[in-house]
Amino acid sequence: MQLLELSAVDLVTAIRRGEVSAVQAAEAFLDRITKLDGSINAFLHVDRTAALARAADVDKRRREGKPLGPLAGLPVAVKDALCTSDQPTTCASKMLAGYRPPYDAHVVARLRQADAVLVGKTNMDEFAMGGSNENSAFGAVHNPWDLARAPGGSSGGSAACVAADMAPVAIGSDTGGSIRQPAGLCGITGLKPTYGRISRRGLVAFASSLDQIGPMARSAADCALVMETIAGHDPGDATSLADDVPRYTDLLEKPLTGLRIGRVPEHFGPGLDPEVAHGVEEAFAAFKAAGATIHDVELPHAKYGIATYYLVAPCEASSNLARYDGAHYGHRAESGSGHRSAAKAGGEFESPLVEMYCRSRAEGFGPEVKRRIMLGTYALSAGYYEAFYAKALRVRRLIRQDYLDAFAKVDLIGGPVSPTPAFPLGEKTSDPLAMYLVDMYTVGTNLAGIGGISFPCGFTKGGLPIGFQLQGPALSEPLLLRAADRYQQLTDWHSKRPPLPA
Amino acid sequence: MPKQPATAATPEPFTTVIGLEVHVQLLTQTKLFCGCSTTFGRPPNTQVCPTCLGLPGSLPVMNRRAFDLAVRAALALECRITPFTKWDRKNYFYPDLPKGYQISQYDLPFSSDGHLEVVDPKGAFSRRVGIIRVHLEEDAGKSMHDEGAGTGDSRIDLNRAGTPLCEIVSQPDLRSPQEARAWLNELKLLLVYLGVSDCNMQEGSLRVDANVNLHIPLPAEGGGDARVAKTPIVEIKNMNSFRSVERALTYEAARQWEEWQATKVEMGTIPKQTRGWDDPAGVTRPQRQKEESSDYRYFPEPDLVPVTVTEAEIAAARGAMGVPPTALRAALAEKWKISAYDADVLVNQGRELVSWYEDLATRVGEGKVASNWMQQDVLRTLNERGGTIAEFPVTAEQVADIIGRVQRGEFDTSRGREIFAEVLASGKAVADVVASMGIAAVSDDDLVALCKELLAANPKIVADVKGGKEQAAAGLIGQAKKKNPNANPGKVRQTCLDLIKGM
Repeated sequence: MQLLELSAVDLVTAIRRGEVSAVQAAEAFLDRITKLDGSINAFLHVDRTAALARAADVDKRRREGKPLGPLAGLPVAVKDALCTSDQPTTCASKMLAGYRPPYDAHVVARLRQADAVLVGKTNMDEFAMGGSNENSAFGAVHNPWDLARAPGGSSGGSAACVAADMAPVAIGSDTGGSIRQPAGLCGITGLKPTYGRISRRGLVAFASSLDQIGPMARSAADCALVMETIAGHDPGDATSLADDVPRYTDLLEKPLTGLRIGRVPEHFGPGLDPEVAHGVEEAFAAFKAAGATIHDVELPHAKYGIATYYLVAPCEASSNLARYDGAHYGHRAESGSGHRSAAKAGGEFESPLVEMYCRSRAEGFGPEVKRRIMLGTYALSAGYYEAFYAKALRVRRLIRQDYLDAFAKVDLIGGPVSPTPAFPLGEKTSDPLAMYLVDMYTVGTNLAGIGGISFPCGFTKGGLPIGFQLQGPALSEPLLLRAADRYQQLTDWHSKRPPLPA
Repeated sequence: MPKQPATAATPEPFTTVIGLEVHVQLLTQTKLFCGCSTTFGRPPNTQVCPTCLGLPGSLPVMNRRAFDLAVRAALALECRITPFTKWDRKNYFYPDLPKGYQISQYDLPFSSDGHLEVVDPKGAFSRRVGIIRVHLEEDAGKSMHDEGAGTGDSRIDLNRAGTPLCEIVSQPDLRSPQEARAWLNELKLLLVYLGVSDCNMQEGSLRVDANVNLHIPLPAEGGGDARVAKTPIVEIKNMNSFRSVERALTYEAARQWEEWQATKVEMGTIPKQTRGWDDPAGVTRPQRQKEESSDYRYFPEPDLVPVTVTEAEIAAARGAMGVPPTALRAALAEKWKISAYDADVLVNQGRELVSWYEDLATRVGEGKVASNWMQQDVLRTLNERGGTIAEFPVTAEQVADIIGRVQRGEFDTSRGREIFAEVLASGKAVADVVASMGIAAVSDDDLVALCKELLAANPKIVADVKGGKEQAAAGLIGQAKKKNPNANPGKVRQTCLDLIKGM
């Protein structure tokens, strides 16, 4: 159990020194998965044999004195939205059940190069669409703090597996809050980096202009360690940033004296759970005590964030998901095979090809994915484009400008991650709009293309974690990580473990 | 070049109005958004990768070489290049479009507002055709429909998917099927000269769709003004050669005229129709409409960044253009004192042949003589043999050698042609061929002796010439050739006339 409690930074150091073998580390986490994941469902695929072989190889090379990567022996769980050439990649969709990509995502390749040990692929909302992980075609994930509650989403599997000590770190992706919100609801730390900081190549696209990969771990310091491996320019992603990657772990220790943190009064309006509000205010007080100053700032267009996000994201998704048509890979309907004879029998479809498309997509996609494809298709249609998509892009520019204006006055903006703590499974599944509102504090970061981090700042009386979010300007990851790390040096919320069997 | 209104010679009671949409594949080694090869004719689905297969998670990265080639083409078409352009997604479902969208350019093409002139070398027409826009997009894959065996299976080859494609859209400025064909020839020539495309229609590197309708002048009637009626625009597809384009347009113009007379239906009252050209049958047939109106739901491609074009890049593209055909025709005619028609014939054969010609003309010193030899001997045999001028076994130096010998009177032009043919066939040196054919200059003494012999044998011709019919001497030349094939016909004629005069 002690091994499971080591931070990623300490675990990597212990393995490098030979105090712990990579195989021991891998076995410990794999055993934990075997023990707990039946009740949590954080993993869609675990490759124990490959992980142990990989760990054994790390140990062998260490004994032989060969050079090892910076994450040598570190077990890592990867969201099932990232392509892995040796494990299925399904996006938790029936559409891609059993699909094996012929290539590794850029981030996965970097993790392998750094000698990390991939333990498995984590559960998620189907195609990353959702805020509770209930949209997985392969069953919901259960929050380790209360198995009757949702872990948040869409990177719910990644958040839950870290919270339950089934992996020291996990990779998630964040399109409107999908790293920060589940991190908040599961009591862990999650970083959504600046758009373009990490290559999206091999991340199955949901909304291309918003998607960003990021690390999820028990502490900001562990996130910083992973960032050093996965961040950086990739010529294979045209939107990837060329800026140099700093040594995030070396930049954590500077005190927060003089740091200006913004506080948006509107964040504390109706809809915010009082216990969450209290936890967030306490965090502001802690930052103040650490030498930071708190200033009220305005984000005048933040109230249009959800509306804007739920136009931009579905529009891009409707196009990104067009490729899942049954013709080349993925689910193809048994009926409507594409043969002419089949169509003659039906009559409902204009051609056997169209029948195959329609039936394959109807069977392969879940309801939330269909809902968003329809929303996006509608909003991009002739006659509606100007009123919806074009207007959303204009509001998006205003939201981005709001942040630029605010960051002229403050260094970071603090606040809640989500309006409530983890909610019971099933509570919002029949009310899509209520579900969309769980993203209200997080979508702005994605729309503006800037960075954000969430980390635990307290617990409700019922024992559920409360998350705090910091947002920073483009490429402010060193500051976001440092602020979160300094906070975690002064508090121990991030060290609390859920009530699970040892 | 004399200009004539295109309709001057056409007796039809209407004007045919034609606009063309041309797609050309650019001559890049790799595809527009990935590193796959663009080589034609490889086994199906062997030149593919996650990006051009549209696999989950794959991303496009622009091939700057393709963009530069497209800029070169647009500049040669006198288009304006925008300093900032972007990519858009054109969304539609089809099995040869693996992503479910095509990356194209919608409302901000990288170039627009150009023109290309076509001048008939015989003076039948001269037309400056506006270019609405030139944009860059990715090609789709190829669908091969198996109509046989009752299965109706279709096979998809994605080797072509992602190949860079330049779309050139003309204004409806063409006024006859002949003009359309000539303009396409000129466009193809220009693009080949630029090194932008090989424009090989058989391999699909150039594809043409045509929009056509008729403008019919109507006299004033019932107190109204005279006006021009326009028939509904028809888009013609499936034309596999420029000849098909001309035939299809000719057919379609006649069909629209008949339909107009029967129905009087005018443009704007029915949706635009698409018709396919059936080449063996020589008719256009209506194609099934995909939907009532296709809505491609264009929106900016979020996986790519906008492209900026600097003045320096435009200057570099201009520098890479070389002399375009129009300017080259004028330059050749002027420098070598050849006719516009001759210059046209030479330039239309491509840049390599023009260089070959200029080499020959320089050696010969006379552009017109060199041009005649090019057209009557070199080009004729080149066309018979096939292949390019670079592969032609006779060099410009050899042809110049033959012409020089003719000019010096060693033998006449027709004998020169025989030597050319023998050099071509045997691969021997000119001097060797001349020797082996027993060709030697005939001395003046031998010539006089030969002529005396002929005159003695042809008293009737001598009498005729004396009687004032000098042309009767022509009858002696054939006989002289038989006796000595090296005898110069001109010299034989003159010598005989001189001898008769002295008789």
